[in-house]
Amino acid sequence: MTDGTDGHKTGEQHAVGHIVPISLLVVTGAGLLVLTAVTVLVASFDFGAANIWIALGIAAVKGSLVVLFFMHLLWDRPFNGVIFVTSLAFVALFISFAMTDTFEYAPDMDTGDAPLVRQKLAELEP
Amino acid sequence: MTTIDATNPVPEPPAYAAATDNYLTHTRGFMSWAGTLDHKRIGVMYLVSVLSAFFLAGMFGMLVRTELMRPGQDFLSQDQYNMLFTLHGAIMVFLVIIPSVPASLGNFVLPIMLGAKDVAFPRLNLFSYYLWLIGAICAISSIFFGGVDTGWTLYVPYSTHGTTMGGVIPVAAAIFILGFSSIFTGLNFIVTIHRLRPPGMTWFKMPLFLWSIYATGILQVMATPVIGITVVLLIVERAFGIGIFDPSLGGDPILFQHFFWFYSHPAVYIMILPAMGIISELIAVHSHRHIFGYRFIAFSSVAIAIFSFLVWGHHMFLSSQSPLMNVVFSAITFSVAIPSAVKVFNWLATLYKGSITLNTPMLYALSFLFMFAIAGLTGLHLGTLATDIHLHDTYFVVAHFHYTMLGSALIGMIGGLHHWWPKITGRMYSEFWGRIACGLVFVGFNVTFFTQFVLGSLGMPRRYHDYSGPGWSPDTTALFFKYHLVSTIGSYIMALGFFLTAAYLIHSLFRGRKAPANPWGGRSLEWQCASPPPHDNFSEPPHVGDCYDFSVLEWDEAEQGYHWRHDLPREPGEA
Amino acid sequence: MTATETHAHDHPDFLQHHWDTPVQQFEAGKMGMWLFLATEVLLFGGLFVAYAVWRGNHPDMFRFGSRYLNTTMGAINTAVLIASSLTMAAAVTMAQRNKRGALIILLSLTLAGAITFLVIKYFEYTHKFREGWYPGVMLYERPAHAESWIDDYPTPRLAGEGSSPVVPAAFAGGPVAEPTTVPPPAVAPAGVDAAALAEMDGIAADHDEHGRTHLLHPAQDPDRPANAHMFFNIYFMMTGLHGIHVTAGVFMLSWLIWGAARGRFTSAYFTPVDLGGLYWHIVDLIWIFLFPLFYLI
Repeated sequence: MTDGTDGHKTGEQHAVGHIVPISLLVVTGAGLLVLTAVTVLVASFDFGAANIWIALGIAAVKGSLVVLFFMHLLWDRPFNGVIFVTSLAFVALFISFAMTDTFEYAPDMDTGDAPLVRQKLAELEP
Repeated sequence: MTTIDATNPVPEPPAYAAATDNYLTHTRGFMSWAGTLDHKRIGVMYLVSVLSAFFLAGMFGMLVRTELMRPGQDFLSQDQYNMLFTLHGAIMVFLVIIPSVPASLGNFVLPIMLGAKDVAFPRLNLFSYYLWLIGAICAISSIFFGGVDTGWTLYVPYSTHGTTMGGVIPVAAAIFILGFSSIFTGLNFIVTIHRLRPPGMTWFKMPLFLWSIYATGILQVMATPVIGITVVLLIVERAFGIGIFDPSLGGDPILFQHFFWFYSHPAVYIMILPAMGIISELIAVHSHRHIFGYRFIAFSSVAIAIFSFLVWGHHMFLSSQSPLMNVVFSAITFSVAIPSAVKVFNWLATLYKGSITLNTPMLYALSFLFMFAIAGLTGLHLGTLATDIHLHDTYFVVAHFHYTMLGSALIGMIGGLHHWWPKITGRMYSEFWGRIACGLVFVGFNVTFFTQFVLGSLGMPRRYHDYSGPGWSPDTTALFFKYHLVSTIGSYIMALGFFLTAAYLIHSLFRGRKAPANPWGGRSLEWQCASPPPHDNFSEPPHVGDCYDFSVLEWDEAEQGYHWRHDLPREPGEA
Repeated sequence: MTATETHAHDHPDFLQHHWDTPVQQFEAGKMGMWLFLATEVLLFGGLFVAYAVWRGNHPDMFRFGSRYLNTTMGAINTAVLIASSLTMAAAVTMAQRNKRGALIILLSLTLAGAITFLVIKYFEYTHKFREGWYPGVMLYERPAHAESWIDDYPTPRLAGEGSSPVVPAAFAGGPVAEPTTVPPPAVAPAGVDAAALAEMDGIAADHDEHGRTHLLHPAQDPDRPANAHMFFNIYFMMTGLHGIHVTAGVFMLSWLIWGAARGRFTSAYFTPVDLGGLYWHIVDLIWIFLFPLFYLI
């Protein structure tokens, strides 16, 4: 077979899928449980503004472990990784643009408290 | 057939001769269609359904136009008017234009062009058709729940507090379901293009239609889930009043617009990109000239897909979006013009010195070029912050997006329909009536919508039921009346053109001349199999060549079609 | 030498007619699944955007609301999901090694994890509903159109019913400095005050019906920030959507177990197990982010 297309080339090269040994999976799972404990523990200390970044950082490490080992992405076709990273990039794009915008107009927003606002609106009804 | 002689080492693919069994006659009965996994039949089912929805929504649009023809209330009450333009928009966008090219023509043509037997996931393909059907039923059933009058954008707070009509939730549910139908189509096509290319079909040998469908697939997969979650939030908000978008509860209505347009701007390119792909095919095939700048057109599709994610805020310049983001979005919006113009100039360069056949598909392609240029250039007015303040929510916007969606996307689709009609049905339509109808549609369309540019710049707001009475000066009413009258007459001409199209196409099914395998002289693979194609598309793997090199084909008078030149040897995989 | 020639003598049952080789079919299925997972990421992504925007604008609201969530239950659920993800990954390995018994056991363990997660979530939800901690306006009042479906739950113990709260000057435009207008709780048990509330971050309120301590309703908390209910909005939306995905996972796992019991999956054809695994891991992955974002503020 001399073609250059992805689907056919691999057909000649290796068997279906990559087998991940159980031991590696158990180590990954243990790491995830340890990191869960760490993140709960760390949350009891107050680092101020850094709190959320520490929590998200640990979650990102845990997420990477799941994606790379449980989901076999480490051994998978790179394009599947590209798909996944692209989706994350679009979420990041969405968050950054939407947040930039709301932070810009936030000073103009009326932050009235809902039950009181409701009350007031009810009074204004003819 | 008889002209093929022994000097030709590899005759035309045997499918020419083996055309006794095709995908239409392969199996029979209702269930053989309802449960089919054949991409061609699913494509035909989509085609019929989408065109029916187009007829319905087109009728709604005609009613709206007729009501607006004269000032004052004629035959539609304000509520009926609001309901009709909302349904016109919602059905046209979600039921017609978004699935039009990829799901109907794309489904039929894509695997054959690629040289595959089917799409990657045939069951998912059928499932996405039934999702479309359920979504259509949901959307139309909204009439029986009291209708919707919010406009197709379903902006809060109209859709949560403003409207007393009960159809918001059915329409929102329909959008969710149709979104997943669209996602599954796009997902299927991406995987098909990646995994089912036969030997020899490399990325840069693919016809440009496939590149545009691929770019569309990226948009469908990456943008559509966001509209899904948006309408879920809207349904929850409306049903239970949880206040996510309700400022009186601490929510943020601008956030709804961010959500909505994060999908709905890329959705505009879900509509236009496949049509651009069709135009690349039509222009090359019907001017019998190698496409100019293949790679530029291919990459500009992908560039448009990526840029389209970065510009959604240009719908929100006057929706209390912050000035900073207005400037950012305006600047990025202009950059979309670059890949779009790259395409247009490459098409023009392809036409230059081509031997142009002015048949119906080519006429539609030329109409596309004309109207897409207007659509794109008026987009610049709206993307400019200062002029948008004047033009926002006027008929200028209405005209602009009709030039894009109807004048470009749907005209491209109808051009493609004519181009592949012989392949799909195995019949030739009447070329004479085809040209007449195309002329009527072109003239009618421009009369309808070009006047609306003027109307909008004079200040006529969109979505108004009336333009007379208190608050309107008699001079203004008289002025707007003239333009509305012309616009409505134009829409009747356009409708006549579409009805004529329907008539001669349906007529051709019964009385049309049998189509040859290659009536236009196309080189892409779908012209190598019989018309209509056999059940498995190819009886033997097709030979992939340069799909825009038309010099190897010659006209056969007996067959009324093109085939391989007899003086050329035919080697598998030759250029 | 073409693909069709190889068809005739090597075309197992599970291979659909338009594929040449099992590897091609497997790779395509996997790519399709990854694309579907990308749509899942973006579906939840929308809610993460809403979360980011609100939390960015009202950090105090999230600090306040988070105290009403039970960190212990959240942490247990995280561990349960991680464990079930581990058994799912192991199940894929066992399918690849043709070990049918181990595959069925591991899939069943995964299913057990999914059900445990849902049971714990059920207790968390019912606890909040019993206390009247609904999302949105229902935290404060019961809107007419919501009457029918929340009739099963008692009216939230909203203090000061009948009295007329004072509308603060802030309503006229300025920020709400101190919402002091909510009267003291009507049924406040002795010894419970707002300061103690922060520490009572638990299911103590369950004991309320037996005459013991109970938590203040968030609407009654004098220190409550403006629009405190927004936290419950996003909490219920995100965990609810995640819960729907776990429920779908329960059906998927049951189907996989049924298929495994019938011996459908072999080392040559284990695509459904593998793709089901990918889905289950993404459900786990999303919870890994939801847990710190809601419970650990």
